[in-house]
Amino acid sequence: MSIVVIGAGPAGLAAARSALRAGADVTLLDSSDQLGGQFWRHLPETSRAAKQHVLHHKWSTFEALASEITQHPRCTIVTSAQVWLLEQRDQGTPRVHAHVGPVDSGGRESLTLEPDALILATGAHDRTLPFSGWTLPGVYTAGAAQAIAKSERIALGSRVVVAGAGPFLLPVAQSLALTGARVRGVYEATTLPALARGWGAKPWKLGAAVGKMPELAGYVASHVRHSIPYLTGRAVVEAHGTDRVEAVTIARVDENWAPIAGSETKIEADAVCVSHGFTPRLELAIAAGCSIGPDRFVEVDARQRTSTRGVYAVGELTGIAGADAALAEGEIAGHFAARGPRSAAVSRAARSRDRFVDFGVRLDAVHAPRRGWTHWLRDDTVVCRCEEVTRGELDSIRSQTASCGLRSLKLSTRAGLGICQGRICGRSVEELLGDNFADGVPTDRRPIVSPVRIGDLAGQALGGSQPDERSPEEPPPQ
Amino acid sequence: MTARRLPAQHDPAERTDPERVRITVDGAELTGPAGSTIAGILLENGRDSWRTTSRDSRPRGVFCGIGVCYDCILTVGAERDVRACQRRACDGDVVSLQEETRPDAAGEGAS
Amino acid sequence: MSSAASGYDADRPVARGHRARNDGATGYDVAVIGAGIVGAAIARALSRDGARVVVLERSAAASGTSGQGEGNLLVSDKAPGHELDLALHANRRWVDLSEELADELGPDFPNIEFERKGGLVVATTDAGARPLEDFARSQAEAGVDAQIIDVSEALRLEPDVNPAITAAVAYPQDSQVQPVIATEALLASARRAGADVRCGIEVLGGIFAGSAPGSAATPSSPGTADRGEHRRLTGVQTTAGAVTASTVINAAGPWAGEVAQRLGAPLPVRPRRGVVLVTTRMPHRIFRKVYDGDYFGATQSNDAALQTSSVIESTASGTVLIGSSREQIGFDTRLRAEVIREIAAKSTRVFPFLRDASVMRAYGGFRPFMPDHLPVIGPDHRLEGLWHATGHEGAGIGLSVSTADLVSDIYAGRTPGLDAEAFSVARPSLAAALETEEAAA
Repeated sequence: MSIVVIGAGPAGLAAARSALRAGADVTLLDSSDQLGGQFWRHLPETSRAAKQHVLHHKWSTFEALASEITQHPRCTIVTSAQVWLLEQRDQGTPRVHAHVGPVDSGGRESLTLEPDALILATGAHDRTLPFSGWTLPGVYTAGAAQAIAKSERIALGSRVVVAGAGPFLLPVAQSLALTGARVRGVYEATTLPALARGWGAKPWKLGAAVGKMPELAGYVASHVRHSIPYLTGRAVVEAHGTDRVEAVTIARVDENWAPIAGSETKIEADAVCVSHGFTPRLELAIAAGCSIGPDRFVEVDARQRTSTRGVYAVGELTGIAGADAALAEGEIAGHFAARGPRSAAVSRAARSRDRFVDFGVRLDAVHAPRRGWTHWLRDDTVVCRCEEVTRGELDSIRSQTASCGLRSLKLSTRAGLGICQGRICGRSVEELLGDNFADGVPTDRRPIVSPVRIGDLAGQALGGSQPDERSPEEPPPQ
Repeated sequence: MTARRLPAQHDPAERTDPERVRITVDGAELTGPAGSTIAGILLENGRDSWRTTSRDSRPRGVFCGIGVCYDCILTVGAERDVRACQRRACDGDVVSLQEETRPDAAGEGAS
Repeated sequence: MSSAASGYDADRPVARGHRARNDGATGYDVAVIGAGIVGAAIARALSRDGARVVVLERSAAASGTSGQGEGNLLVSDKAPGHELDLALHANRRWVDLSEELADELGPDFPNIEFERKGGLVVATTDAGARPLEDFARSQAEAGVDAQIIDVSEALRLEPDVNPAITAAVAYPQDSQVQPVIATEALLASARRAGADVRCGIEVLGGIFAGSAPGSAATPSSPGTADRGEHRRLTGVQTTAGAVTASTVINAAGPWAGEVAQRLGAPLPVRPRRGVVLVTTRMPHRIFRKVYDGDYFGATQSNDAALQTSSVIESTASGTVLIGSSREQIGFDTRLRAEVIREIAAKSTRVFPFLRDASVMRAYGGFRPFMPDHLPVIGPDHRLEGLWHATGHEGAGIGLSVSTADLVSDIYAGRTPGLDAEAFSVARPSLAAALETEEAAA
């Protein structure tokens, strides 16, 4: 039984370990040159840190997972492996095409795998809603602040504003504080009444989870220790500066996230870190033909199986529920993908998953962006960062063409057609253009997952299976 | 200078830094600890933007920090579109900043 | 319904059309099935002639073939014959049409990016040089501006083209347009002339009137129709109810075969898959549409196996489009590595510098393919009231305007400026395929 796991964050690592324990041969791929994913993104191997664990939650879990997997004789770990295409086959699990080598370089080695089962653990990335000035240098996603603090020990600013929505803002503020920055405040758009209603609606369900949520409890404690103000019902509505950010305007927002006129205050800052939740990285799941639910996560059954035979999905692909849920899902998927028997351990994992997923998904729903955010945009606010398409242009072209197709509007406005392929602006563009499209084509579909050098493709065309083989039919150009 | 690498002696993680690598960026020599990304070295050296956008000629640097947004792309050697936040700097890397003017703005070229 | 709830199945029709101003009881003169560029051009032409037109689109405008190709308006790839006649006509008409649309729709409407940028066709092998030049000479005799140039001149026009090329022909008439915006512009113009455009509505079958004098239109499903009876199509049944129209024009592109089947007049239109690669933005180094002479072989072939040939051009935004593949694999939308690799490899034969460029996106689309390589335009002799305008394969963007001119001339009873017989369903070259299709139905 051969299993490929794509993504080496908590879910992917747990899946790999569990599949190995159940007897499978495992190949674990990750685009980074380290294990751990974004959650455990850490210092490069060239740095040494006696107490790296203080920067992380559950670092010992990571060390145990990484140690068992790397030493396992049936595990092949391929880091710096960028999967660029999943190819559906008439029979069998989708074929995996990756290039292995330095990030975005040419001449990477080609790797093609045809596993018996495929476990997708590609995670999620920050979703940042646009606001005027968000393209200025010095404005970052919250995830950037976190990743660069943990892996480079660089604080993106000395006086930092953290804003957006969701519990993730807390560990970001903590990381910044532990990296020497002064966090001027954390501004959560969700209003206090909405938070109270959301968190308190079914306290008997939350009770058990919160007790086992030291992750969150730890962040709250750190917050208090670093004396970071935490304000709800507030959003960054504009960043100011000429060639870099110098200040932001914070406004109070209503329950629908529409800014309240007259409530604006301007705060000086040299870095602004803003995220409004997460977007799952669905492109591989879509390429594999997995069915996606109305909530736009991959649909899975109790064994983490997707609608595509042989393909499993774990972690944030199935819902934003945090690392504990991801670990449990990975354990279940790895076990069943390897055709492991029912066991007490996997039943425990299933109970743990159900609890944490329930908690996490509820949290995510409480903090999910509300449509009032569009009111803080101006006509000249850039929405698509790559192609520099403004809100005014989106509105104008939509009213001019009166198109009923999202795809048509994308191609007419160029929103989402740039090099990030709509990852950053896609959902915001959809919300701005309205949701009454006759084509229903979402912005998540990206059959080519990552830009790939033509030379690397050409090197393998016309029958050659060796990456370096050049076809004689294709003379080197002079 | 806003972004700052926390000095090793102040790091609660009790870190020790490795030797430094040297890269050139549009001719200027910059250094950073081995294992840094190119973005890390640029940020540490006080540069928070290095790309100029194609339509409005605006400065850009890191935005997402995890390889998703491609705002931080630059050219390494002869290869364009390398994500600075993901690519580790190698000693001797020759980095250049990307020109991105669009054909419609640049006008006709050869003929 | 939120966008989230609308799901992921691009092929699933969603009934969500706007209510037309003029439907049901009074009926339309013409119902055009398909809001691709061909349907859009026809709707515009007929509306401007005064007909009451409705466009019925299963999904959204330009959501099929028109939104999944390069926007080629080529004369260079056409051998002398009827298709070239259509192409030369279109080549002249697009110049005026782009100005008419700009004037009519105003500066706020997005630009259709019409550009007569010219084509450069090169041969990359010694064996390919002679056929390319012979082909160009035959085209020149048929009225194409085809200029055989030497390699140094080709390198002056395109400094980054492979200097190892063995022959080159410049085609100054080759042009391009942004096909999605062009489709939307034609539809917007049609609306201004009174047409209704209804998206999210799928045609399920025909509405027929019998031959008895004075009989009312009686809805019936195509399955129960008696083939021997003289009948007339008087409208269509749709997911949003009946739409009556005295003329129904099937402009459903590669899906026209299925539409024709539903209306009881089978047509041998097949999908032919084509994939186009899009690079990231790069400095402007490709100035024309540049392609490998093999392209002709691929467009004129009936071979179902994968064929690729290089068609390379820059877009206004700085990306480079690299086409294309041609495969007859039904409506299979799965992207295959083999196809991407072949297209990529061939592009580097024409522009070696592309080896360092990155592909960020692939478009895959279906082209409506006819067994005799000619589009079908005009009335169907087998069923009164039914017309077709499909089968343009990869050339429909350019040929849409000629098709609309021909359709509107026939409809208005004017003497067509183009040879209507050549594109008729009743043409001899289609007879055998038509017979096979009807036997299978």
